[in-house]
Order: sequence, then C-alpha cells, then structure tokens
Amino acid sequence: MYLGKVIGRVVSSVKDPALEGRKLLLIRRLPNGPAVVAIDAVGAGAGETVYVCRGREAAFAFKPEEVPTEASVVAIVDTIEREL
Amino acid sequence: MLLARIIGTVVATRKDPRLEGKKLLICRPIDPDGKDEKGYLIAVDTVHAGFREQVIIVQGSSARMAQGCKDTPVDAAIVGIVDQVSQD
Repeated sequence: MYLGKVIGRVVSSVKDPALEGRKLLLIRRLPNGPAVVAIDAVGAGAGETVYVCRGREAAFAFKPEEVPTEASVVAIVDTIEREL
Repeated sequence: MLLARIIGTVVATRKDPRLEGKKLLICRPIDPDGKDEKGYLIAVDTVHAGFREQVIIVQGSSARMAQGCKDTPVDAAIVGIVDQVSQD
C-alpha cells in the first residue's frame, strides 16, 4: 500500500460491467511517482491525500463483488506524523 | 491500473486454448496528458477497443477478474475505453 494524491478523474463509458457506477480517480504516487488509475472505495475527492491498496488485494475492497482492479483508494488521510 | 494507447495487434495461431477468440493488443503506456511513456505491453481486449484508442489496463492477477478472463492465463486486460481524462 502507498500514499497518493488525487490529481484528476478518468471518464470511461465503454467498460467492464463490474466497473459500472465506480469512480475512476487519477492518483499521483507520493512524493513524485507515476500517475495511476485507481477505483474509489471511500468517496475521495480532488487534491486529497489517500491511501492506495494495490495488487490482487485491491479488489477485496469491493467484496463480494469481483471488480477487476489492481489499485483501489481505501482510505482518506487526515494527518501523517513521522520522525525525520 | 494504467492509462495506455493501442498501437498494434498481435496474431498468434498456436496458443493456450483458453486464449482462443481473445484479441491481443499492443499497448503503450501514456501519461495523463496523452504523451507516450517507455515500454509496451500486450493486453487481452475485453471491451472491443480499437487502434489508437486510449484505454484502461488492469495488470497482474486482477486481470483475471475481467469479463471472460476467469481462469485464463492473462496478466494484463483492457477493461475500459477512456472518454476523457480531467486533471485538477
């Protein structure tokens, strides 16, 4: 899992039936990684720092439905505390 | 999942029987602005995408959850055709 920032949205009308009604977000992996497309599971919005689950486990956020995704937004970050 | 553009097709006669009838497309990853990135990948088409279209690709074992790909030897599947990418 990693932290990302919501930088945009992707609109797609022709898609897998299991993706119908799901929000596709464009996420930049922090601090400055590549942009990936992730499915929103928590209602995240523009500019928010989020927690992205990747791999096979990303689909578990939508159980019992089988959604073909390998990146899901599973949490919205409030604060981060860390030691330098 | 990745944004990519379709740049070609692959034809294979001898293949795993579970891949029969599936369209194999060569895709180049792109950034949100539509610029090409490095590399390419071959993905199974599940949404009838066409040449030069921007698509969403799901990679890894999750690709097997795409429509018609259950229990098939697939690790990259096209699951959507992009209409629009909006950046904040």
